[in-house]
Amino acid sequence: MIAIIDYDAGNLTSVERALRSLGADCAISRDPEFIAQAARVILPGVGRAGAGMASLRRLGLDRVLADTVAQGKPFLGICFGTQIIFDYSEEDLTDCLGLMPGKVVRFPVEHRDQAGEPLKVPHMGWNGVDWKINHPVFADIPDEAEFYFVHSYYLQPASEDSVVGTTDYGFPFVSAVAKGSLVAVQFHPEKSGRPGLKLLENFLAWDGKEGGDAL
Amino acid sequence: MLSKRIIPCLDVRDGKLTKGIKFKGNVDIGDPVDMAEFYYREGADELVFYDITASHEARDIMLEVVRRVAERIFIPFSVGGGLRTVEDMRAVLMAGAEKVSVNSSAVTNPQIIADGSRQFGAQCVVLGMDVLKVPVSEKIPSGYEMVIHGGRKHMGIDALWWAQEAERLGAGEICLNSIDADGTQQGYEMDLTALISSHVSIPVIASGGAGEPQHLADVLTGGKADAALIASMTHYGHYSVADIKDYLSERGIKVRKYW
Repeated sequence: MIAIIDYDAGNLTSVERALRSLGADCAISRDPEFIAQAARVILPGVGRAGAGMASLRRLGLDRVLADTVAQGKPFLGICFGTQIIFDYSEEDLTDCLGLMPGKVVRFPVEHRDQAGEPLKVPHMGWNGVDWKINHPVFADIPDEAEFYFVHSYYLQPASEDSVVGTTDYGFPFVSAVAKGSLVAVQFHPEKSGRPGLKLLENFLAWDGKEGGDAL
Repeated sequence: MLSKRIIPCLDVRDGKLTKGIKFKGNVDIGDPVDMAEFYYREGADELVFYDITASHEARDIMLEVVRRVAERIFIPFSVGGGLRTVEDMRAVLMAGAEKVSVNSSAVTNPQIIADGSRQFGAQCVVLGMDVLKVPVSEKIPSGYEMVIHGGRKHMGIDALWWAQEAERLGAGEICLNSIDADGTQQGYEMDLTALISSHVSIPVIASGGAGEPQHLADVLTGGKADAALIASMTHYGHYSVADIKDYLSERGIKVRKYW
């Protein structure tokens, strides 16, 4: 059973539908006991750091998620659910789950590309990923595949070692990270067509053992 | 680098496509769910559904369409048309749409943008704008006026002011439709699109007037649009989404090529 964490962060049904299309046995839940029993955990979400962390703490899920990672259970973060696993977010100046060392910062207000053209924030739409290491969850995804992003804040991991992939938006930002049984992406695999479904399928088959060599 | 999005728009009435659609390759499709899946497989980056069902009672039919679409396609799609309250928005989002689009209801009740944005997040709330070119006046300094009911009712509101106001209220994206260009297939309203896009920081989808791939190339470069809405040029088989993407790609415009 896969638990999709419900913490009032919206956008849960699309993750559920994508997993169901792959034949996965999954349920949306905010019940700490149910989540503790699940074989795999997905932390999805669209939301704000302050409200998201408040919900997780109120529901007692911050500890459950820390246990999940400590036990080496496969854990997938998606978009806002990825940002909130870091130590700290500039959004609402929020102390987050601290499951991944590093912080989350906002794209510059006057963001521009290398040619000086203005870039819109949020970064919304399809963009590619420059893969840095091989990892079972990101296997068999062609280099030219693109994923759907919607976000105004981006990841700044404390260590380069956790970086699986980067994406270019004015500058390269970290769009996929992995550490032990934890993988997390800034984009929405559930809305990224075939490559996104492939990533979810890989996650369903993954044993949670750390992946891969540097490319 | 972010790709420019190509977004087919599907008009739905009482759960069915308003017109028979004949795709390139002579595939006849009348069911919006089948059509959505066809476009998904063809490489559309996102879809827009516009519900023109007249009666409020028939709304549940559209929600059923949304639920069925959400089970079959795994790209974002938005639903607009007749959404008047936050509860209307919630029903569509819960049925599986990624975004909701408000148009005339937002002009008459701007608060719906702020309420929807606060409840569901700005990324869910698309402001649809129907705009008509008018003489520059004190009231309409940009020369572009907001209209509703397909252009039949002038609102006395400047389009540029409204776009910026909607962004301030919490809209996450603007779908900008030129009533002058709509249906002409002679190209998008370039000046309007560039004006609005360069004065807001949220993405702008150009709408109205697409007839050939060159029109998309123009509006995605000179028109500064982040995405382009298409309808008849692909619905009636003149072009496929892949044809359009090849054309854009050959001209150095980045589009998503693998799906």
